[in-house]
Amino acid sequence: MADDQTVHSRRNALKCMAFGGAGTLFALAGGIFTPIDLAVAAADKAGATRLGKPLFVQISDTHIGFNKEANPDVNGTLDQTIALLNGMPEQPALLIHTGDITHLSKPAEFDLAQQMFTRLRVNEMHTVPGEHDTTDATVTEYFNRFGKASNNKGYYSFDHAGVHFVALVNVLQFKPGGLGTLGPEQLSWVTADLKGRSASTPIVVFAHMPLWTIYEPWGWGTGDAEQLMMQLRRFGSVTVLNGHIHQIVQKVEGNVTFHTARSTAYPQPAAGVGPGPAPLKVSADQLLTMLGITSVSVAKHPRSMVLSDTTIA
Amino acid sequence: MILARYRSILVAVGVGLMYAVHAGALPAATTDPTKIVVKDFMFTPMSLTVKAGSTVTWANMDEEPHTVVSNTGLFHSGALDTNDSFSFKFDKPGTYQFSCSIHPRMVGTIIVQ
Repeated sequence: MADDQTVHSRRNALKCMAFGGAGTLFALAGGIFTPIDLAVAAADKAGATRLGKPLFVQISDTHIGFNKEANPDVNGTLDQTIALLNGMPEQPALLIHTGDITHLSKPAEFDLAQQMFTRLRVNEMHTVPGEHDTTDATVTEYFNRFGKASNNKGYYSFDHAGVHFVALVNVLQFKPGGLGTLGPEQLSWVTADLKGRSASTPIVVFAHMPLWTIYEPWGWGTGDAEQLMMQLRRFGSVTVLNGHIHQIVQKVEGNVTFHTARSTAYPQPAAGVGPGPAPLKVSADQLLTMLGITSVSVAKHPRSMVLSDTTIA
Repeated sequence: MILARYRSILVAVGVGLMYAVHAGALPAATTDPTKIVVKDFMFTPMSLTVKAGSTVTWANMDEEPHTVVSNTGLFHSGALDTNDSFSFKFDKPGTYQFSCSIHPRMVGTIIVQ
């Protein structure tokens, strides 16, 4: 770890932290994830080529409009994320944003975020809303800008390179005191959407809030997610992604791999630490190692989908 | 400016607690009988009783934004950032439940007499 007195530039300090092991690569084999330190993976170039063609990148919780102490420059850290993505030698085909694009659902925040996203080299961007994007009573601001793919429902599906992607919304039907909700209408739609698809089709499901219960007292879960899981279990390769909790948590259940993403804006405490999921204040040199992106590659075998986390330092 | 406003709330809370001790009543979060403080992911007080025609004000003192949303759709604050507040006038007697749409475990009740 860098000695504070010897750190002359923030960038060098951050590089040092990054190589200290903040990033983790997750290799999936036989339905089980093997986490590999990103620095180790980067040094092992032969190993890196086994990852295959980069298919998509996930970013999350950009919270444009946030300006508190935990990160007074969320535009800057999103810009760094975009620069990191644009600098990848092979551009992934898709970018998935798992919600909380903005902090307060304000039109100016959405406009700024959209303007920043135009700098991305990735051709295709897919989004789902977070609860911070939908605080206006009519959810007009999000849907006016990102509603087209779903006909203003928020949930939709698409196919790319033989992978079926399902975008879901679990932030619009909160029951007070409860977890996120998909709701009967959306669940019927998923059932119809998945019906008749071959069990060998790799499936990627993404939503803002976790689709598995990580910590109920903070609402880190989706109350009716089990009805979704029943539809997914017959598939040989299912990857379930979400944002919301601003840190990486993962689990494997049979052929289903659950993975949460870091935020590009600010970290949050681990489940149950403190009064609630408030922005976590850390030192400037620690911050960037707690922010990041997730990229997913499809290796030769469709069941070997590999997740790789990168911090933006 | 922000600090000054924050301090005034803290003073108000302190005075409220002292008053509550002297009166032997339940500890109140504020001296203002129509004010609800949103802090540490909680509405304080969680239940507030007011007379018909009163205007209730919710003030967000957290670093995290919150909303105040009626369970029946009667009122909806939109996102309240730190130090933002929202007011609603209750004309008719009844029990009004509300929650934060960003953190749905945050719930509260207004009883209008």
